[in-house]
Amino acid sequence: METAKLDPAASPGAAKSAPESSAVRRRRTRPFPGQRVVPFGYLSPTLILIFVLMIIPIAMVVSYSFKDNVIVEQNPVFAGLANYTTVLTDPNFLAALKNTFIFITVSTVAHLGLGLAFATMLNTPLLGGVTKAIFRIVYILPWLFTVAVIAVIWRLMLDPSGVVNYILTTIGVMREEVSWLSDPNTALWALTFINIWAGFPFFMISILAGLQGISPVLYEAASVDGATAYRRFRNVTIPQLKPVLLSMAVLDLIWTSQQFALIWMTTGGGPLNVTEMLSTYTYKQAFSSYEFATASAAAVIVLLLTMILAFFYVRLQKER
Amino acid sequence: MLTRKRRRLGAKIAVLAGLCIGAAFAGLPVVWMLSTSFKTNGEVFQVPPRLITETFSFDAYAKILGDSAQLRFFINSYIVALSVTVLTLFVAILAAYGFSRYNFPMKRSINAVIVTVQAVPPITLVIPYFGLVVALGLYNTYAGLILTHMVFTLPYAIIMMTAYFNTLPRELDESVKVDGASSWTALWRILVPISVPGLVAVGVYTFMISWNEYLFALTLTRTDDMRTVPIGIQLLMGQHSYEWNQMMAMSILGSIPVLVLFLLFQRRFIGGLTSGAVKA
Repeated sequence: METAKLDPAASPGAAKSAPESSAVRRRRTRPFPGQRVVPFGYLSPTLILIFVLMIIPIAMVVSYSFKDNVIVEQNPVFAGLANYTTVLTDPNFLAALKNTFIFITVSTVAHLGLGLAFATMLNTPLLGGVTKAIFRIVYILPWLFTVAVIAVIWRLMLDPSGVVNYILTTIGVMREEVSWLSDPNTALWALTFINIWAGFPFFMISILAGLQGISPVLYEAASVDGATAYRRFRNVTIPQLKPVLLSMAVLDLIWTSQQFALIWMTTGGGPLNVTEMLSTYTYKQAFSSYEFATASAAAVIVLLLTMILAFFYVRLQKER
Repeated sequence: MLTRKRRRLGAKIAVLAGLCIGAAFAGLPVVWMLSTSFKTNGEVFQVPPRLITETFSFDAYAKILGDSAQLRFFINSYIVALSVTVLTLFVAILAAYGFSRYNFPMKRSINAVIVTVQAVPPITLVIPYFGLVVALGLYNTYAGLILTHMVFTLPYAIIMMTAYFNTLPRELDESVKVDGASSWTALWRILVPISVPGLVAVGVYTFMISWNEYLFALTLTRTDDMRTVPIGIQLLMGQHSYEWNQMMAMSILGSIPVLVLFLLFQRRFIGGLTSGAVKA
């Protein structure tokens, strides 16, 4: 509450000099001095939870990352930057960094493309409302399944003797069956494909909401000027959607980089580390090798990378 | 006139064809899961693949539902997800009321922290949570899972509920306060009852997040009697060395709560979701 007293806007003098309307509002929300504590009363459960579940754990993981023998041993010793050196020079970590980069950028670009394509089709005035509603439900389906289920579905579909191989060999695209998830040449792409399937509906819904918010007047004006459908899309739809698309893309990069369950349940980071990501690398360090100190260093690096993306996200939100 | 009509028809067919290709991409894997759950395990990879076989049966479902170890996963998931939903809504209603109706020092900073919390990677948190949960004696308990799931559900719930309360006129709660009632009464007697649509959207989303959570459920529990449906599905994958039909049946049973909730509250849910994601 010390800061409350320091806040000049909270002093009665400032309230008096403020414009009439805000002074009235102030008086109404604060009938007596004790009221100042009231909002903190309402916020206290949230603040306590954030302190216990966020501030303390982050402080813990940062302190672990500078020590050795944490969690599993009784007497941790200070290790300086040794854990960070270990992680940053580990070829597996560097491979995980590269794989994560490919995985998140390809997923995000595909999510944007598919989301935009499906949303534009679902927004067409050519079809009836019921038809569109049915298609919309089908399109949202992948997003409603938990990652464990998505992993199981695609392990079935992509099995060497599964239905995907059957279709592709029957129509003659491929000669022999491919073990999509266990062949080092295809595993990362198969995994990215599954993630694209699982994640596009969220984009589609958000873009659809964005499309429906564009004023029809803009399209009418473009039509009067003789713009073709393609030009209307390029010069009206895309500029109008740009803010939504940009924030969604950054949000998706953040979310996809945090994907763990899907990788863990389809490839587990294998074969030969080709699908190792920052999340699976960190998890293995901690819960397979019990190297909690190096795992913490990796976890802090992941946090910093995420915060860079989050910073861009907040800036994009502020611009709008 | 005729050519214009014909062009319109052509465009209509093109859009329909595009939509059907998209629907096949999105829907066929789901159809295949459903189809496999009704097969015997020997028919799963038969050539040529068939959608419905002669031996169509609910055996796989009967096996899952008749196995108390599998049912335990469902009970655990319901206990955890329902508790998370109730607690999240309660805490979020209070916080949203504070944000919506009061001005206080550090309001913007606290709000910024809540927004940022959403971006913190679970993999960063899982290591200290493991230490914390063991130290607090919450390892392998419902309480440990419920508490840690709230870190994902609470920020979103607070942002959505604040936006919802902001749409309700202040005069509503002021009118009760003029009669001498406290802000607490105004909140629970006036605001909460008229906010049911918003609460439903937030509640459904909260339930979904908790029901689907995997990483914390995997690391913060040890024994099978404490594990949730996503882990149960994974365990089925290891134990029975690929009883595909049972895995699919379990997957469908595990997806039903979320599917039902979604279909029931589709409209409210999508509206709330997009406004939250785009404006948060």
